[in-house]
Amino acid sequence: MTFDYAPAPESRSVVDIAPSYGLFIDGEFAPAADGKVFKTVSPSSEEVLSEVAQATSDDVDRAVKAARKAFEKWSALPGAERAKYLFRIARIIQERSRELAVLESLDNGKPIRESRDADLPLVAAHFFYYAGWADKLDHAGYGPNPRPLGVAGQVIPWNFPLLMLAWKIAPALATGNTVVLKPAETTPLSALFFADVCRQAGLPKGVVNILTGDGSTGAALVAHPDVNKVAFTGSTEVGKAIARTVAGTDKKLTLELGGKAANIVFDDAPIDQAVEGIVNGIFFNQGHVCCAGSRLLVQESVQDELLDALKRRMQTLRVGDPLDKNTDVGAINSAEQLARITELADAGEAEGAERWAPACELPSSGYWFAPTLFTGVTQAHRIAREEIFGPVLSVLTFRTPAEAVEKANNTPYGLSAGIWTEKGSRILWMANKLRAGVIWSNTFNKFDPASPFGGYKESGFGREGGRHGLEAYLAPSNPKGERR
Amino acid sequence: MSTVDARLSVFKTYKLYVGGKFPRSESGRVYEVTDGKGNWLANAPLSSRKDARDAVVAARKAFGGWSGATAYNRGQILYRVAEMLEGRRDQFIAEVADAEGRSKSKATAQVDAAIDRWVWYAGWSDKVAQIAGGANPVAGPYFNLSAPEPTGVVAALAPQESSFLGLVSVIAPAVVTGNTVVVVASENSPLPALSLGEVLATSDLPGGVVNVLSGRTAEIAAPLAAHQDVSALDLAGADAGLAKELETAAADNLKRVLRPRAEDWSADPGTDRLLAFLETKTVWHPMGV
Repeated sequence: MTFDYAPAPESRSVVDIAPSYGLFIDGEFAPAADGKVFKTVSPSSEEVLSEVAQATSDDVDRAVKAARKAFEKWSALPGAERAKYLFRIARIIQERSRELAVLESLDNGKPIRESRDADLPLVAAHFFYYAGWADKLDHAGYGPNPRPLGVAGQVIPWNFPLLMLAWKIAPALATGNTVVLKPAETTPLSALFFADVCRQAGLPKGVVNILTGDGSTGAALVAHPDVNKVAFTGSTEVGKAIARTVAGTDKKLTLELGGKAANIVFDDAPIDQAVEGIVNGIFFNQGHVCCAGSRLLVQESVQDELLDALKRRMQTLRVGDPLDKNTDVGAINSAEQLARITELADAGEAEGAERWAPACELPSSGYWFAPTLFTGVTQAHRIAREEIFGPVLSVLTFRTPAEAVEKANNTPYGLSAGIWTEKGSRILWMANKLRAGVIWSNTFNKFDPASPFGGYKESGFGREGGRHGLEAYLAPSNPKGERR
Repeated sequence: MSTVDARLSVFKTYKLYVGGKFPRSESGRVYEVTDGKGNWLANAPLSSRKDARDAVVAARKAFGGWSGATAYNRGQILYRVAEMLEGRRDQFIAEVADAEGRSKSKATAQVDAAIDRWVWYAGWSDKVAQIAGGANPVAGPYFNLSAPEPTGVVAALAPQESSFLGLVSVIAPAVVTGNTVVVVASENSPLPALSLGEVLATSDLPGGVVNVLSGRTAEIAAPLAAHQDVSALDLAGADAGLAKELETAAADNLKRVLRPRAEDWSADPGTDRLLAFLETKTVWHPMGV
């Protein structure tokens, strides 16, 4: 039996996108020093949404200066005052969440169901959570009178544009730092709208500066000598380059990088629940998730049963218009990313894995990739080793818990993992053995501002969220317990 | 008949401490170690790249068992190190006095502080998870718990000036949380570090948990910083130029790096070094009936 759905698009009239945007520096929008701009397109239609400024190193310098100037007063404000600004921001985001959700789906390609039900509520919650810390830092366990670092240079990815902004800006401001943030090249708009949220909240000028641009802007920002803190979320390759850039400086660095998470299903797992978890793990946000459960490790004895159920479930996934409320899987964020996914999936086939995808009609314009699964994958295959960052699942099998651990940990990454079993002691044993920063047992892709997130090994270092997330923005204490 | 004073003493052959054994450098090389006035003290092994790699293999091999040991057990073993050191206190006072050109009373203060440091960190073994982890009140029906775990193999460059107290101050906080360590002794004053290996070997510390190398810091540190199976670097004993070079090499597999900084090793150590080589693991458990 199949269901037909009438289109149910969310209205885009709720969001008013200007034809062009400048850089947000010291509380004002201004064009780039050399006047260069680039276009941002909707990945689902290739429609040009707006033109934004391409920040140069001069603009980076201007923004860092503005943030430095603002730092003196901002860091001296009583924590309770900083908290109130952050509470204001959280509230304004809640008020404008419909507008921001539609904007995010337009610029990023993610389904409105996700931007509305996951991204935006988490963005507001993150500001709300860190607002509450601003006047309680003495009790956070980082010594008495913990001090901010100064100017934070923050570079964020395109997969959760506004949520990653919140993860970066909320703890930085709560602890008394000022920020220069560069959103991803392909998803600059929600950060520019956030600048307007800051304006509405009355945030002092220069506390938040937003620079749009490409990788060269980000490189200039992390290399700027007057930046005290660098926070980056993105690829492991760029993360390593940033680590080299800050080597030998006093800049504090946190990195949240790639992953190749194992989602491990034991033979006693409730199959229907596990299937939902697998689908959520790899097809949520088109698989553009650093902690995506991209390697399914299934116990051999339930492989057939599980894969049958998974394929049945995948046939019901609706791929298409991100603004349609019934859409499960939206557009791939860019032509470049689509090319990478296509190349890796082709490599999977070429290396001998078996490819399967449900029959699904993809729109004729925009960037699309059908939810895909590979069986017969070995640990040597590229699709088992490399982060695809797309809706592609590699299925491997195991016989014993020890083998599952061995295979799950056989990766340079260590961001997340999933465990599906009814046996509590096995969950705890597995969770203990897995070398990853976030473990989901009988669930997947759960996020909360109170819950620390971040990786082991080449998935980066430092944590975002929770009390742990404050540490990234506080100066280290010296052995006498004083802060420098 | 000869008097006691005239007795010819027995020199010690200082050797490396790797994997619980006392090898010479595979290179067969040694270098002269002198006291502050240039008097010969001993020949120390001049470790090679191969020695560094062997030490990493030993440390990685020991990691599973040591990180899997109970915190109580690790704490007892660290305390045992303090007990063993106490018994050899005079030896270490003499070695530190020679190595650092200190008076006996100043060397005594260093050794006593080092022994006490083992005791301080021993007590942390079963407490650190409670200060660095905890339950997170997430907005949903989940029990969400964050707990610290050791990073893995830590390569530490021991401080150059503080040959014993500084050395202990970098080893103890790394191992008490379950990491294993390859430590490069102070280049000019390696003897207290090499003697520490003898103490560790008789303190119930499993072989490979701490591995001690002596030689040229820069020569040994380079392969450690570039090693794909080293998880973290403590650069306490590196100067600014070397530190930058090593941190750059460490980026290749994103080692956690503790940069060198001005330290007063006799001050209260606080928890900075204890927390430096920990990863936070957060586990989500659904609640329901």
